[in-house]
Amino acid sequence: MKISEKEVLHIAKLARLELTDEEVETFAHQMGDILTYMDKLNEVDTTDVEPLSHVHDMVNRLREDKAEPSISREDALKNAPETDGTFFKVPRVIKE
Amino acid sequence: MKYEVVIGLEVHAQLSTNSKIFCTCANRYGEAPNTLTCPVCLGMPGTLPVLNEQAIHFAIKTGLALECSIRRYSRTARKNYFYPDLPKGYQISQYEDPICYNGKLLIETDGKPREIGITRIHIEEDAGKSIHGMGSGTGVDFNRCGVPLIEIVSEPDMRSPAEARAYLAKLKQILKYLNVSDCNMEEGSLRCDANVSLRPMGATTLGTKTEVKNMNSFRAVEKALEYEVARQTTVLDEGGRIEAVTLFWNDATEEAVLMRSKEEAHDYRYFPEPDLVPISVPEAMVETIRGQLPELPAARAERFLKAYGLNEETVRILIAEVEWARYFEDVVKTGVKAKSAATWVTGEVLRVLKEREAGLDDFPVSASRLGELIRYIEAGKISNQAAKKVFETMLTSDQAVAELIEAAGLSQVSDTDFLETIIREVLAAHPEELARYREGKKQLMGFFVGQVMKKSKGRANPKIVNQLLQSALESD
Repeated sequence: MKISEKEVLHIAKLARLELTDEEVETFAHQMGDILTYMDKLNEVDTTDVEPLSHVHDMVNRLREDKAEPSISREDALKNAPETDGTFFKVPRVIKE
Repeated sequence: MKYEVVIGLEVHAQLSTNSKIFCTCANRYGEAPNTLTCPVCLGMPGTLPVLNEQAIHFAIKTGLALECSIRRYSRTARKNYFYPDLPKGYQISQYEDPICYNGKLLIETDGKPREIGITRIHIEEDAGKSIHGMGSGTGVDFNRCGVPLIEIVSEPDMRSPAEARAYLAKLKQILKYLNVSDCNMEEGSLRCDANVSLRPMGATTLGTKTEVKNMNSFRAVEKALEYEVARQTTVLDEGGRIEAVTLFWNDATEEAVLMRSKEEAHDYRYFPEPDLVPISVPEAMVETIRGQLPELPAARAERFLKAYGLNEETVRILIAEVEWARYFEDVVKTGVKAKSAATWVTGEVLRVLKEREAGLDDFPVSASRLGELIRYIEAGKISNQAAKKVFETMLTSDQAVAELIEAAGLSQVSDTDFLETIIREVLAAHPEELARYREGKKQLMGFFVGQVMKKSKGRANPKIVNQLLQSALESD
């Protein structure tokens, strides 16, 4: 199966990745190979088989609606790339 | 050319659960930023979501109230996109099999009833909140991240901005009756996006639609949609084509600005959420929840009309807010006439609420105290006018109603000797009016009653004043 460079770039954009021209070419090949391999599955007749979303029959693992204490703000912000002590800071989202 | 307007609404309502949808952080508005978070709602690697049972119940309750079918086997799905307010890089939502589908809601505009189809209701998690204008960057508060939401999607059944507004108002009313959301548009617990398109009158296929976002009040919904309908009409009339874009309503300038064109729109790559098992809703669960449904606005209106003999307009006002209806019935339970209770609630009580821009939760006059005051009127111990003054004092005082009446010197005077003296004085002071009355100008009766009431400082019993005046005017 063939994956075009355009498709690779689209997927890279969705994943917020920047790729060099060589990487685009490499990934186009690799992804194509993966899809070719997966294509083997199409040889199996699945006419009357429901698509599977979960590998077990479990349902309804639910939680009672009870609130517990949260972690402190200090702890919450520990992994923030940037913070002012109150908020997680990120590059400006909208143009002013 | 004459166009038909086609509008569909997507409404998000935050559910009033105690905790968030996938973790045990409290679901509360207005707390200090980033104090209601945990590794789960911050999207830390290795954490797993556990679904809040109440969120499912609330969604089903809403579905039943909107006459939806309830899906017996439903799954959650991942909606993938990057945005700073979404720490996991995906939102857990539902895609192919929403928990409720195929419902309807009856609305009324200009006395014409219309049925609006409900396509689906699904559960999902809210994102965090971005705070813009913080100098160099944007701040993110994750308290809201993981708050349970239901998204209610309508069919494109609305034919005017006014109908869209009516739909939203009706939906809010029902959600409030169900007590599943507090539906505060300003605080963002009820949010609304609209899809708008036009088509030539009589056409059966839909025109290209645009999406309008950020409408934070009923008024804004109507204004924004009127704006967009006018804009599309101009484009089409000039021979142009509508582009599938997203518009952002600016309430201050009353303009919709372009957000992004749909071609660049997100490619969400939905897939079944592997971290959550499917939701199974047995018949018994649906029936239990159905049994817990409260009386809904339409049924309540009918009961109020029949049980209390009130007129339609009064009933419409009383049931508009679930707590107004409850307060009214609590006043009636104190043993006063339903009509007096309705007059006081729709009159004085709502006037004060409006002035204070407040709800009944922190209203200082309890239903039982208002009932007591009305009983004094019904017993003829205080005039209606005087009662209004006492009501004012009750807004700031917890003193016994009887004491407040006494203190204000407003207990009603029915003493005929005292009233006759006042009447004689009034007649003596207005010989001209008296003469005209006797010549047949009977309308002046009202004038005399007014003068007597004024002289008694509103304390005279109007019934007795009428009788006494009548005989005084006719006899001499």
